[in-house]
Amino acid sequence: MTVVADVLPIDDALAQYDPVMGLEVHVELNTKSKMFCGCPTEFGAEPNTQTCPVCLGLPGALPVVNAVGVESAIKIGLALNCEIAEWCRFARKNYFYPDMPKNFQTSQYDEPIAFNGWTDVVVDGETYRIEIERAHMEEDTGKSLHVGGATGRIHGASHSLVDYNRAGIPLIEIVTKTIEVPGEKAAAVARALVSQLRDLLLSIGVSDVRMDQGSLRCDANVSLKPKGSTTLGTRTETKNVNSFRSVERAITYEITRQAAILSSGGKILQETRHWHEDTGITTSGREKSDADDYRYFPEPDLVPIAPSREWVESLRATLPEAPSLRRARLQTEWGFTDLEMRDVINGGAVEYIVRTVELGVDAAAAKKWWLGELARAANESGKDLGDLGVGPAEVAEVQKLVDEGALNDKLARQVFDGLVKGEGTPAEIMAARGLALVSDDSALIEAIDRAIAANPDVVEKVNSGKPAAAGALIGAVMKDMRGQADAAKVRELLNTKLGI
Amino acid sequence: MSDLTRKTAAELSELMASGETSSVEITQAHLDRITATDTAVHAFLHVDTDGALAQAADVDKRRAAGEKLGPLAGVPLALKDVLTQDGVPTTAGSRILEGWKPPYDSTVVKRLKAAGIVILGKTNMDEFAMGSSTENSAYGPTHNPWDLARIPGGSGGGSSAAISAYQAPLAIGTDTGGSIRQPAAFTGTVGVKPTYGGTSRYGLIALASSLDTPGPCARTTLDAALLHEVIAGHDPMDSTSIDQPVPPVVEAARRGDVNGLRIGVVKELGGEGYQPGVEARFHEAVELLTKLGAEVVEVSCPHFQYALPAYYLILPSEASSNLAKFDAMRFGLRVGDDGENDAEQVMRLTREAGFGAEVKRRIMLGTHALSSGYYDAYYGQAQKVRTLIARDFTRAYEQVDVLVSPATPTTAFAIGDRVNDPIAMYKNDLCTIPSNLAGNAAASFPVGLADEDGLPVGFHVMAPVMRDDLLYQVGAALESALADQWGGVLMSKAPELEVTR
Amino acid sequence: MPSITREEVAHLARLARIELSDDELDHLAPQLDQIIGLVAQVSDVAAEDIPPTSHALPLSNVMRKDENVPCLTPEQALSGAPAAEDQRFRVPRILSEEA
Ligand SMILES: [Zn+2]
Repeated sequence: MTVVADVLPIDDALAQYDPVMGLEVHVELNTKSKMFCGCPTEFGAEPNTQTCPVCLGLPGALPVVNAVGVESAIKIGLALNCEIAEWCRFARKNYFYPDMPKNFQTSQYDEPIAFNGWTDVVVDGETYRIEIERAHMEEDTGKSLHVGGATGRIHGASHSLVDYNRAGIPLIEIVTKTIEVPGEKAAAVARALVSQLRDLLLSIGVSDVRMDQGSLRCDANVSLKPKGSTTLGTRTETKNVNSFRSVERAITYEITRQAAILSSGGKILQETRHWHEDTGITTSGREKSDADDYRYFPEPDLVPIAPSREWVESLRATLPEAPSLRRARLQTEWGFTDLEMRDVINGGAVEYIVRTVELGVDAAAAKKWWLGELARAANESGKDLGDLGVGPAEVAEVQKLVDEGALNDKLARQVFDGLVKGEGTPAEIMAARGLALVSDDSALIEAIDRAIAANPDVVEKVNSGKPAAAGALIGAVMKDMRGQADAAKVRELLNTKLGI
Repeated sequence: MSDLTRKTAAELSELMASGETSSVEITQAHLDRITATDTAVHAFLHVDTDGALAQAADVDKRRAAGEKLGPLAGVPLALKDVLTQDGVPTTAGSRILEGWKPPYDSTVVKRLKAAGIVILGKTNMDEFAMGSSTENSAYGPTHNPWDLARIPGGSGGGSSAAISAYQAPLAIGTDTGGSIRQPAAFTGTVGVKPTYGGTSRYGLIALASSLDTPGPCARTTLDAALLHEVIAGHDPMDSTSIDQPVPPVVEAARRGDVNGLRIGVVKELGGEGYQPGVEARFHEAVELLTKLGAEVVEVSCPHFQYALPAYYLILPSEASSNLAKFDAMRFGLRVGDDGENDAEQVMRLTREAGFGAEVKRRIMLGTHALSSGYYDAYYGQAQKVRTLIARDFTRAYEQVDVLVSPATPTTAFAIGDRVNDPIAMYKNDLCTIPSNLAGNAAASFPVGLADEDGLPVGFHVMAPVMRDDLLYQVGAALESALADQWGGVLMSKAPELEVTR
Repeated sequence: MPSITREEVAHLARLARIELSDDELDHLAPQLDQIIGLVAQVSDVAAEDIPPTSHALPLSNVMRKDENVPCLTPEQALSGAPAAEDQRFRVPRILSEEA
């Protein structure tokens, strides 16, 4: 059942109300083993093949903390300029849900490992400081498959099938303080924040941050207050907004939806809402009630974590530079103009270009592909750049083929198209689509001969001392070869033929 | 060899070493004894006849091959049904786990198996170890071999009854508020609660995580020490396990010397509410220790009076969360899955049908104590009371080496006597609970029979954290002095059980 | 005045996912009230500055290496399941999204 709420046009909404946001971001760490047991964390394994008594919550089993999980949490805290607790504990968050094996989540409550941080994000050249409330450690749940309903959704299903492979995978929950920025920037700032978090997490190496695999998940809190007012409105929490685009869209949608209700005298319900990627709306989930009593208490099966200052400092020393400094350095290294750099940041392509350049690709070429062909493909499919199935390695491979003369830019674009469509490796796509440049001289010479024969007037001009006219012949040869020839090579052969 | 069941574990070990008997013979003798007496006693929930005999045969084969075996190899043992054993039914005394076979061994079981100890089966207990009489078992009560109309104590009544009925020389219990020591007192046997963290909780179906402690039960101090040594020691699977060497418990049990030992009698654990026969035997034992050269003084532990209320906040709080996993989704009982009821309803119906009254009572109490608005006043405060109790112990141990008290205010009561009075039932554990809250080691040793009812009385010894050896030192001294007086151990005074065929 | 009412007990039963009968509610409310009367004594025993104790020995930083250990086989994992399908735990329909 989906009820489409009335919305106010965004401009009207922002004319009357100021949005107040908060983000909760869950990051799955890329540790080898789970947070409290030695099971692997591989994505996509056969169901229930990565479980043990601990992560299945079998009677008698006990958790033991993964040291790298703690280390990653500290690194994230430091990267977000947080204080790192001298002493903290895990706590049990008690609630019943079938995909949660123990019916409590081992998490942290009033003693998070990291707190009081900040990070700066840049939108349209403007810097916004986002305050970080906390970053804490917890564990993921299993995954349910809803069976018997029309769409695999929870409603109308006859039963569910649960796979606990994901249960117990380490999560870090990053919680912002309230974010108040000019209304027209709000959604873009939220998007930029998530994008920056992704970059940060990638650069410190604690997560693969595959949003398509759910390793970065966002919940967005939104409330509105009438312009000029200081009293906060009732907020909603929109769950599972799992791409940069969706963050922006979902927040915009909530602003317009809440504005419509408030401006017609209605009240906002404090509730969780669900984001629907396909229709671009949120729908009512569950109203907050007194049943939301999580009965937190310190996890008695675990002992406190007291990270020594030496440990914290040694981790700090491993961290890459701060995002703003890094952006400035990269711009210089890459030789981009301010405008180019802004496009790269807005396009969420910084990390991809970094890693592509690391693989030996020229920065300009890397930018050309990421902001060109790949950004276009992402836009068309409504995906984020990272979810296309094309990574820096593929980009470097294609560019190498271009550099070697096996492809030209035009053919390379077709290879990228094939990659996005999952047609295989660049070599396979070139073979299947017949995209290789013809490097066989005799084939080119035959084409040149045909061009010369077909264009006696042009040959005449060249022979009468106008070598520039040969360009028309090159065009004819390229057309004859259906673009699959290296223009430089053609020119070289043609010049020899014509004796110029 | 009909008297094999009367031997201690240490004696059985020697008989096997000298080749006079085999583990298979010993195991079969105990299995026969179980068959003959368990209809009356009901100590066992599951007897693993084939598994036990196979284990015994394996030990015999290894011994014949000249393999060097541990001191308890081939000796049979009864395992409290709260510890998982791979492939063997484990119920924790609850309907909700009926028929569940865990796919893994608890650390205690791993160590028992590694030591060649033969596991006869799983013993009865109060459901999820909640109780002091074994009457809360979903599978019916266990009867005290000293008087079948009486309870054997709890929660580990099955384990203590099994050893006092000569069904096994050794047993494993778990002690959260007295569940090893109180049944030991009621059955005239030895029960030791090691230091919290001294034995691993991995595979122990949790009642209260910060209190639960597995430990040994036996008819003699030395047997208990031998078993203690097998199961104790650091376990990386339990984050609360102490990474230190096991205290020298066997050596202490063999020495049994209290000369010069400073003993403190806890003033607050006696007087009103204590049965005269219990007090009489307790004071005689204290006197005996004085004669043996111990220095005895009275010590005050003023906060012990708050131990019971603190305990009945901490335990239910942790239990309410620990027992949430029994939800009909992954294992155990499922009720009401008719295709119409949703998961939440099936959880509710299953938990209603699968849990007994005491379990529900404590889950509700714990849910209340942890709910918002109450946490600070209840759980938070109870944890502070724990600090005060631990400080009472610390101060006392500045003056004395060990503290002593009666193990229980009364002897074993009649089945059915206190089932409808939870608070009277809770008061059974007045003397034993402080050591669970502070985590120190404690034990009960038999010191005679109360005059008014002829039932066993337990002497409670409390030693500092990781000084479990002191318990055995005191227990062994008492045991040998009393055996001299009586011409044998207390158990030899137990009435003969009627044997059924 | 009782410290806990029948309605509160019913609320706790919902939180704890136990379908108590009316009979049980009648029975439990006064019992819990009595027990709460006993345990409530702790609330004014300890002074503000007394730290809480959670374990016997104050251990900290107990952690394990980030290494894999063998898992259960899916057959073992599902061996106790009341119902299974397609190598997954089969559970009754779930009405609401996670909390
Ligand atoms: Zn696991």
